[in-house]
Amino acid sequence: MKILVCIKQVPGSNNVEVDPVTGVLKRSGIQSKMNPYDLYGIEAALSLTEKYGGSVECITMGPPQAKSIIEEAVCMGAKNGTVLSDRKFAGADVLATAYTISQGIRKCGDFDIIICGKQTTDGDTAQVGAEVAENLNIPNVSNVISIDEIIDGKATVTASLDNNTIKMSVELPCLISMENDINTPRLPSYKVKQSITDDVVKILTFDDFDDKNPDHYGLSGSATQVERIFPPEKNTEKHSVTGSSSEQAQSLYELVSKLKMI
Amino acid sequence: MYNKINEKDVIALRAIVGESNVLTGNEISPDYAHDELGGIERMPDALVRAYSTEQISEIMKLAYERCLPVTVRGSGTGLVGAAVALEGGILLETVKMNKILELDKNNLTVTVQPGVLLMELAAFAEENDFLYPPDPGEKSATIGGNISTNAGGMRAVKYGVTRDYVRALKVVMPNGEILELGAKVAKNSSGYSLKDLVVGSEGTLCIITEAVLKLVPLPKVSVSLLVPFKDMKSAIEAVPQIIRSKVTPTAIEYMSRDTILFSESYLGKKFPDTKNDAYILLTFDGNTDEQVEADMNTVANLCLDIGALDAYIVDTEERKKSVWSARGAFLEAIKASTTEMDECDVVVPKDMIAEFIKFTHVLSDEMGIRIPSFGHAGDGNLHIYICRDELDDKTWHEKLEICFERMYRKAEELGGLVSGEHGIGYAKKNYLKEQYGQTPIALMQGIKRVFDEKNILNPGKVCF
Repeated sequence: MKILVCIKQVPGSNNVEVDPVTGVLKRSGIQSKMNPYDLYGIEAALSLTEKYGGSVECITMGPPQAKSIIEEAVCMGAKNGTVLSDRKFAGADVLATAYTISQGIRKCGDFDIIICGKQTTDGDTAQVGAEVAENLNIPNVSNVISIDEIIDGKATVTASLDNNTIKMSVELPCLISMENDINTPRLPSYKVKQSITDDVVKILTFDDFDDKNPDHYGLSGSATQVERIFPPEKNTEKHSVTGSSSEQAQSLYELVSKLKMI
Repeated sequence: MYNKINEKDVIALRAIVGESNVLTGNEISPDYAHDELGGIERMPDALVRAYSTEQISEIMKLAYERCLPVTVRGSGTGLVGAAVALEGGILLETVKMNKILELDKNNLTVTVQPGVLLMELAAFAEENDFLYPPDPGEKSATIGGNISTNAGGMRAVKYGVTRDYVRALKVVMPNGEILELGAKVAKNSSGYSLKDLVVGSEGTLCIITEAVLKLVPLPKVSVSLLVPFKDMKSAIEAVPQIIRSKVTPTAIEYMSRDTILFSESYLGKKFPDTKNDAYILLTFDGNTDEQVEADMNTVANLCLDIGALDAYIVDTEERKKSVWSARGAFLEAIKASTTEMDECDVVVPKDMIAEFIKFTHVLSDEMGIRIPSFGHAGDGNLHIYICRDELDDKTWHEKLEICFERMYRKAEELGGLVSGEHGIGYAKKNYLKEQYGQTPIALMQGIKRVFDEKNILNPGKVCF
């Protein structure tokens, strides 16, 4: 079985500051890391190959330094990976990103399952996976908490619907977006890191793609434009309730009643 | 010898701290009769919740005049019965004194009340780009409790223990007098260090009501390595070689697969790797990626050379959480795996730790009793748990006594001491007396008498 996991390099901290004037994320000096949600996807993929055989590859779009997250995935057990990197891809919104990734996937070969994380910690849109599936014309299941069985060209998966779960059968090839916190991702191996060779990472650029229309990529291929990025307002308001347990309970009751929460 | 608390005393205490902060009889939860390990139980006659130094001073004036025993208690997470009111009387709870009073960025200190929880202090320091290095596993312990036992924790290998971070203390003496010991200074040759005497005195000398603690700048980079070995012997034997490599990790912890599995079932959360029998968990910190990576590489290569099966890199917040949250839950997890247990937190010279752990394995086989352990391989402090499992009462107590006797004797033989960080309290005082002998114990008793001539503070603990 061939599995491809879509991964992304994101800022290493959740507390990245936004420049109030330009609206740009202040990335300088901030370490980067693999999107934590993608780790659950990699773990799910590696577990599947342990059960059914096969291999795991990874793909990412980003600057050349995104190569480090492919190496990290290899240290976790993936075979190799591809970085889609070209200045023409810069400034892409969800639509252009999904299109670029699907063009890249076509050049990487055929896969039985493509796995994505739930969303990224920097963009938080949770839309790229579904749009990649649409571009590749394959079925897509989101919010998957487990891939239970693969038999006769079909995967049985369980997805979370907030208050319920749903078990579904989906034909391969398909794209599955995994929920977070569904497994404990394995740790990267130092031993593998020491023996890693350059050929585990392949770089694909615009010139490698079949569709060479620049208007389909980057800023010009984007249907949406970011007008402004701003940090959410921090609410530091605190209300302390003191007194004995019964006094505290009474005050708390009065407070939530006043706020019409009950 | 002591007076029993009467109605007049209760009225006087209520006048000091308010009606709702003095509980008596059935109003007191049975939890206040014991600490976390529950080896000794005794209900106090009155539970008093204090909010200020002045209130504690007034309470002590009353207790001194009336000769009422007073036992101070923080979160009750101790393991040797130090916060149990052996003689009844007043159990003085300081958890409501939980304010962080000052962050002094010029002198790199933070001033706290004793009820601030370790996890609150750690988070506060980090938010302000500082590190409070002492890092005991029990994060819901109070700072007052940490100071009272001179708690160490996982970063002791590089940073030392609580005593190294206490600059000054405000204390209330048994007669109610308020004193300030130590100062916000980096050097101090001004007579006997009373402050250092109070650190680790387990509430027997005076009551800590404020502490000035030293902070260090928050290291910018921190990476852990989880190193699997085929068995505990190979894992433990790697530690002295790591120490000899002259790289100083922040922490070197050892853990067995069994303990990790208990933790998985206790937390309901999988550990990233359980394929191997034994692991060493190391942390490296510093200010640059290059420096930390160089240290990490040195130790990872060394471990691989001496038989480690791999070295897993724990480099992001998520990965650290998945590994360290399990480590933080080991005590509770072992507790949940058995019907009853007792603990031993001996400390031996670093190069003797492998021998001591091997000894506990032999002892476990010989005695037919389960003795899981984990601990601070890098500083020689072990946490060893003797599990009762299905043993009947008589056999359990017989085996427990023999195990303790033999373990403390072995520790002494290897040049170690009775307690590394949990303290002596009630449970370990006979072992302390046995090891130290007459003169050191008489000195301790003399010190206790000078501080507390009526012996009203935490009676029956440490050296009496």
